[in-house]
Amino acid sequence: MFESLTDKLGSALRNLRGVGKLSDENMREALKEVRTALLAADVHFKVARDFVERVQAQCVGQEVVKSVTPGQQVVKIINDELVRLLGEGSTALSTARPLKILMVGLHGSGKTTSTAKLGKLLKKRGYRPLVAACDIYRPAAIDQLEILAKQEELDFYADRTSRDVPAIGTAALAAASAAGCDCIIFDTAGRLQIDADLIEEVKRLHAKVQPDEVLLVADGALGQEAVNVAKTFHDALALTGLVLTKLDGDARGGAALSMKAITGVPIKFIGTGEKTGDFDTFYPDRLASRILGMGDVVSLVEKAQENIDQKEAEKMAEKMRKADFNLEDFLAQMQQVKKMGSMQSIIGMMPGMSGMQLPEGADKEMARTEAIIKSMTLQERRKPDLLNGNRRQRIAKGAGVKIVDVNQLLKQFQQMQKMMKMMKGGGAKKMMRQMEAMKGKGGFPGM
Amino acid sequence: MFGLFKKFKDGFAKTVSAIAAKTGGLFGGRKIDASSLETLEEALYTADFGVETTAEILAEIKAAYKKDKELRGQDAAAIGAAVLKRVLAGAEGVLADLPKGGPRPPGAGGSETASGDRVPPLPVVIAMIGVNGSGKTTTSAKLAWRLKQDGKTVVLAACDTFRAAAVEQLKTWATRLELEIIASHTGADAAAVAFDAWQAAKARGRDYLIVDTAGRLHTKSHLMDELAKIRRVLQKNDPTAPQHRWLVVDGSLGSNSIEQARVFHESFGLTGLVVTKLDGTSRGGALVGIYRQLKIPIYFLGLGEQAEDLQPFSVDNYVKAVFGPGE
Repeated sequence: MFESLTDKLGSALRNLRGVGKLSDENMREALKEVRTALLAADVHFKVARDFVERVQAQCVGQEVVKSVTPGQQVVKIINDELVRLLGEGSTALSTARPLKILMVGLHGSGKTTSTAKLGKLLKKRGYRPLVAACDIYRPAAIDQLEILAKQEELDFYADRTSRDVPAIGTAALAAASAAGCDCIIFDTAGRLQIDADLIEEVKRLHAKVQPDEVLLVADGALGQEAVNVAKTFHDALALTGLVLTKLDGDARGGAALSMKAITGVPIKFIGTGEKTGDFDTFYPDRLASRILGMGDVVSLVEKAQENIDQKEAEKMAEKMRKADFNLEDFLAQMQQVKKMGSMQSIIGMMPGMSGMQLPEGADKEMARTEAIIKSMTLQERRKPDLLNGNRRQRIAKGAGVKIVDVNQLLKQFQQMQKMMKMMKGGGAKKMMRQMEAMKGKGGFPGM
Repeated sequence: MFGLFKKFKDGFAKTVSAIAAKTGGLFGGRKIDASSLETLEEALYTADFGVETTAEILAEIKAAYKKDKELRGQDAAAIGAAVLKRVLAGAEGVLADLPKGGPRPPGAGGSETASGDRVPPLPVVIAMIGVNGSGKTTTSAKLAWRLKQDGKTVVLAACDTFRAAAVEQLKTWATRLELEIIASHTGADAAAVAFDAWQAAKARGRDYLIVDTAGRLHTKSHLMDELAKIRRVLQKNDPTAPQHRWLVVDGSLGSNSIEQARVFHESFGLTGLVVTKLDGTSRGGALVGIYRQLKIPIYFLGLGEQAEDLQPFSVDNYVKAVFGPGE
C-alpha cells in the first residue's frame, strides 16, 4: 500500500546529493512526504504538523553525510525524534503498597482483558493482586473478569447487586486488605469520553479509592479520535500511563504518538495477543519503525523465535549441511514457516517490503505443495528416487493436482538437493550461478 | 423518515458540532481565504476519511477557489458533500425482502414438496465477524431486535465460544430483548454451535439466523481458518449460507480498519459492513476509506448503547451530518 518512507524520501531528496546542506527549500518536498506518511499512519493532524516542524528545525543546516543518502539521513533524524517522543517518561509503575490501579477506556478497547493480563504480570513480580469488577453495565462483564481471574488464580471482588460504583470500589479495597492483597486493579466500564454521567461516575470512583496509577486502555488502531479520547480522560482523571492493545494486528499505531503528545503520559504496556501472557513493557523504537512503515524486524524475529522450534531448526541445519535433506524434511520446514502466519503478513514485516504484494495465491501454492508431499508414503518422501510414473499418478490423484505439478515439485526439489551438495562441497560460486538459473524458472513455490 | 434522520443527527450531533467548531462557522456565508482553507484541511483530516478522499475534497475546493475568489463557506461545504456523495455512491446496503411463504429461487432452499405443500424457506444466515472489541455481540443482539420489530423471526447463534463470558453476554441480551438464542458453553466448537443453531432455526421455521462469532485479528491465520470452518459447516445445511457476511468495524478506528476489511474480504468474501460506536465524536470517516477501496455496502451504523440505536446507513444523512450546518 505504502512504499517505505525511506524510498519516498529518497526520491524527494534525490537532488540533494552534493548540495552539502539540508535547507528549508530543499527539504520541503521531503517533509510533505513525512507528513503524509504520519497522517496515513493515523497520527493526529496537529501532532503530525508539530512533529514535522520539529524535524525540520533539526534537519535544516545539517551537513549531508557522504556515506548515506539524504533520504536515509532524514529518516534517521525522524526515527530518533519519534523514539525520543514515544519513549519519554518511565514505564515503571508506582511503588506504593498497596498499589491501586484504575483501568479506564472506551468500549471494546480491551480493559477487562488487560486487567487480567496486568494482574498476571504483577503476580509474577511478587505482588498478590486482587481484580475488582466495576463494570456494572456491559452484560456479563463481571463474569468475564471472574473467569479470567480464576484462570490466573487472582483474587477477585464483585458485587452483582450494587449499582453504586464508588461503593463497589471501597468495598473492593476492604476485601483486598482482608485477603492480604497488596495490589488492587479496578476494571471499569467502557465509556465514551463525552458521556458526562459516566465520566462523573468514574471520577467519583477515583476520588473514593485514590488510585496510584490511572491507566488509559486504548486500541492501537484508533484513528484521529485518539486525541479527543486521551485529552478528556486525562483532564478528568489525571492519567499516569497508557496501555496500547491489539498491537498484534498490523495497525501502524499512529494513535500512540497522538495520545503521547497530547497527554505527555508514558506508554507503559502493550497488549500483543489473546493469551493472558501476551502483555509487554513498551519499547519505543519498535513502534517508531512501525509508524514510519519501515517494517518491524524485531517483531519478525520474535515471531520466528516464538513459532519455530529451536531444536527442530538445528536438526534441519545439520541435515542441510550434510545434504541429507528429503521431502519429509522439506515438509517439516514448510510447516514451521506456516506457523508464523501467512506469507503476506511475514513479508509485511520485512523492511522495505511492507508495500510488496505477493503474487496471487502464494499461500495456496504452498498448501498445494504440502498436499502433494502428504500424498506420498513415508518411504517415498525419504527416497524420492522411488517415484516412478505410476506412483506419481497416484500422488497427483491423492493431492487433487495434475501430474505435471508433481513433476515440477520433484524437479525443483532435485535442484535444491543439488545446491546443498554444492554447499557441502564449498562451491559457493557455482551455487550462486545455479540460483540465478533457478530464479529464471520460478524457484520454489512461495519461497 | 424525519424521526430516523433525527436519530442519525442526534447520534452525530457531536460530530457536527466538532466539525463546525473546528471550522468556526466556516461553512457559512463567509468568504474562504488561505487560513480558512487550512482549518478546513485539518477538519477533513481529523474526520478519518483517509488521505485519498481528503486530498480529493481539498483539491476540488481549491480548484473552485482559484476560479472564484468569492467562494463562500457554504459553497465549500457543498463541494465537499458532492465529493463524499460521489465516493459513497451505491454504498447503502439494503436487506432484500424475504420471499414469504413461496418457493425460493433454486439454491436458496425451500421448495414445494411432491404433494404441493409449501415448505417454509430456509433461514437466511447473517454472520457477524470482526476484530476483538468491535462490537459484534452487541450488534448481533441489536440487529436481531430490529428484525423482530420489522415482523421477522430470528434466532441468535452464540458462536463466540472463545472470549470469557461472551456467551453469557449474548444470552443476557437475548433475555432482555426476548430473543431466541442457541448457545453452548465457552470452549465449545463454534462451528458445531452454528450447525445446531441453523438446524433449530430451520425446524422452527425462522426467517433469519444471526451468527455472532469470536473477535479475531485479521493477521492471525489460524483464527481466520476457524471462520472458514464455520462457513463450511453451515454450507452442509445450505450451500448458499451464510448469505450475508458482515464485518463489524469500530468507527473510532483509523486507516487500519481498511486493512482489516481487506483481509476479511479476501478470506471470507464480505457482503456488508456495520460501523459501530459512532455516538462519540469520531466521524467514522474510515467507512469512506473502506467503501472507496472495497465497495462493500454499509448496512447499519451503531449510534448508541440502546437496542434501537442500530440505524440503517443512508449516504444522504451521513453526508448531511458531516457537512451540513450544525444546529
